Amino acid sequence: MTLELSAEEEAFRDEARTWLRANSPGRLPSMDSAEGAVAHRAWEASLAAAGWSVVSWPVEYGGRGASLTEWVLFEEEYYLAGCPTRIAQNGISLLAPIILEHGTPEQRQAYLSSMADGSVVWAQAWSEPEAGSDLAGIRARAERDEDRGGWVLNGQKTWSSRAAFADRGFGLFRSDPDAQRHAGLTYFLFPLDADGIVVRPIEQLDGDAGFAEIFFSDVFVPDSDVLGGVGDGWRVAMSTAGNERGLSLRSPGRFCAAADRLVDLWRERGEAVASVRDAVVDAWIRAEAYRLYTWQTVTHVQAGGSVGAEGSLNKIFWSELDVDLHETALELLGADQELRGPGAPAEGSWVDDHLFALAGPIYAGTNQIQRNIVAERVLGLPRGDSGRAR
Amino acid sequence: MRFGTTEEQRDFAAALHDLLQRVDVPTVARAWASDDTGPGEKLWGSLAELGLPALLVDEEHGGIGAGAVDLVVAFGVLGRHAVPGPWVESAAFAPVLLRGVDGAGDLLSSLSEGRLRVAAAVEELAPRAGDVRGADLALLVRGTEVHRATVGAHYTSVDATRTPADLVPAAALGDAGPEVARAVDHAALATAAQVLGAGQRMLADAVGYVCVRTQFGRPVGEFQAVKHLLADVKVALEFAAPLVHGAALALDAGAADATRAVSAAKVAATDAAWLSARTALQVHGAVGYTLEHDLSLWFTKVRALSSAWGTQDFHRRRVLDALLSAASAR
Repeated sequence: MTLELSAEEEAFRDEARTWLRANSPGRLPSMDSAEGAVAHRAWEASLAAAGWSVVSWPVEYGGRGASLTEWVLFEEEYYLAGCPTRIAQNGISLLAPIILEHGTPEQRQAYLSSMADGSVVWAQAWSEPEAGSDLAGIRARAERDEDRGGWVLNGQKTWSSRAAFADRGFGLFRSDPDAQRHAGLTYFLFPLDADGIVVRPIEQLDGDAGFAEIFFSDVFVPDSDVLGGVGDGWRVAMSTAGNERGLSLRSPGRFCAAADRLVDLWRERGEAVASVRDAVVDAWIRAEAYRLYTWQTVTHVQAGGSVGAEGSLNKIFWSELDVDLHETALELLGADQELRGPGAPAEGSWVDDHLFALAGPIYAGTNQIQRNIVAERVLGLPRGDSGRAR
Repeated sequence: MRFGTTEEQRDFAAALHDLLQRVDVPTVARAWASDDTGPGEKLWGSLAELGLPALLVDEEHGGIGAGAVDLVVAFGVLGRHAVPGPWVESAAFAPVLLRGVDGAGDLLSSLSEGRLRVAAAVEELAPRAGDVRGADLALLVRGTEVHRATVGAHYTSVDATRTPADLVPAAALGDAGPEVARAVDHAALATAAQVLGAGQRMLADAVGYVCVRTQFGRPVGEFQAVKHLLADVKVALEFAAPLVHGAALALDAGAADATRAVSAAKVAATDAAWLSARTALQVHGAVGYTLEHDLSLWFTKVRALSSAWGTQDFHRRRVLDALLSAASAR
């Protein structure tokens, strides 16, 4: 594909490629296991030491001040080099943009560098038992404690990704009990080993403790760990939701690398399972489409545009591509498709990645909510009683 | 890095769009379909004044010497407006093909002036020419040999504005060599852009309709079942579009993977446009299932063009063959 890259951009890509291919540890044990979490933190530390952990951040916090183009180039190279999933992902892509935009200088100093080198892993705490797709139904509360200069958190969060092996969390709490829905919410940062916090890991479909419940009973958080304004949490958090759905959570490199592996799998096994030929081709085409769509978005953003509700198009596309691609691979594996671990083809990585992919259409706003958003905010259909898409 | 059209290309699209907005294209298309080609020929002349058939002709022969990106910008607009006539053959295929044929300079000049409408068939791709109505010149390609042809038996297309026909070779024009493959790529890509434009138009019209059609006391566009159908169409169209643009860039750059890119674009654009057509038909209800409604113009065109310049199977095979023969897929 013909991208008009500048000399600097090409040099950046080549430097990233060289380092990543020389240093990639390949696949590590699941980051949602005790053993894997340690290995993934070590990988984050070596990335950070070489300056590749957070390329788009300012230099003072460990980044390279890379442009959006360079960031996408880095992500392509990252996955083409077979590098592992990022245990620091939620912090880097969901929380850090908010700290950089809304955080105090002290918060930036305290939290960014340790996030970048994997020494402090962050877990998100959005959902609650009664607030899933309808996130504005948050009930966990924050009460003012003037004497100690902070807030007291109570309630329950659930489906908190990475919480089982993380150090700190971020999430929304209702700080004004009289306010409804999007109003009266405040964004808090807290240590997961604070007094009054209990983390109960939940085994996911893949058998790993990829998320957890977090129970809060009278957990004190100082004012210095309020992110953004008191009562302004919804607006602050929605800038992360945009990131999560849009560009940053799923970079195209991951799907392109998976699609290339799928073509290799077809090379090995395609003769025996000819019926999935079109699905192999379509998975590759869709990954390529996602890659080019991303470049189109980068061009749009660099010209001063923004990604609004269009992020929902993105989220629907990559999450469904991810599932379909891996199901095609499972078809190619024939009767081996149920096998996991030792003795399975590719150590069961197709099965593991398929199970991982299945969460995509659910998290960060289900794809049904995303379709409401596309219909109402992108196409302009009447809202009616279809529920309030956030 | 930049991946998108230039301001000049967007202005060109806007000029074409403005022209077609002023003409009642559905009426022109219906006339064309009933062999009243006068209004269509007049429209051909207007589009020629804007330079459409001259895009790919070099300046030496009175053309503009533009590239595939300009071509897909233009064909997207033609698709949006359901413009009838052998535009792909005349403005995308023939200009590239005839570049490779010695002594075809006069034909190129006539093409660029809009004085020549071309019917064409490539034997390896299809058993007949897709559209011969209103054509002044018929070209049949066997291998890399280009022949002038006469028109044999006619057929009826599901798209009433198209007239498929057998071509019978009459006189050899010459060997176009590697330009045959490039011409086919340009034609397939222009077709992809055209169906994508048609798909975008059908989505816009479907959205408009569900906002005004009421049942159970509310616009049917309020129902989530309808919303989600239309959202899926939007996703499919949005992600097909960059493949079309990317393939055009690859063709213009003479990239080694250009053919693969064209085929990927044709597959995705056709699938997206057909999803749009089916969905538009569904949400329009019974009125969409009539020839009287203009939806039928776009619907039947997308159906017909889905196999023009290579079937979906042909293009999927080309993508896979290219992937398997490459040392590395990317």
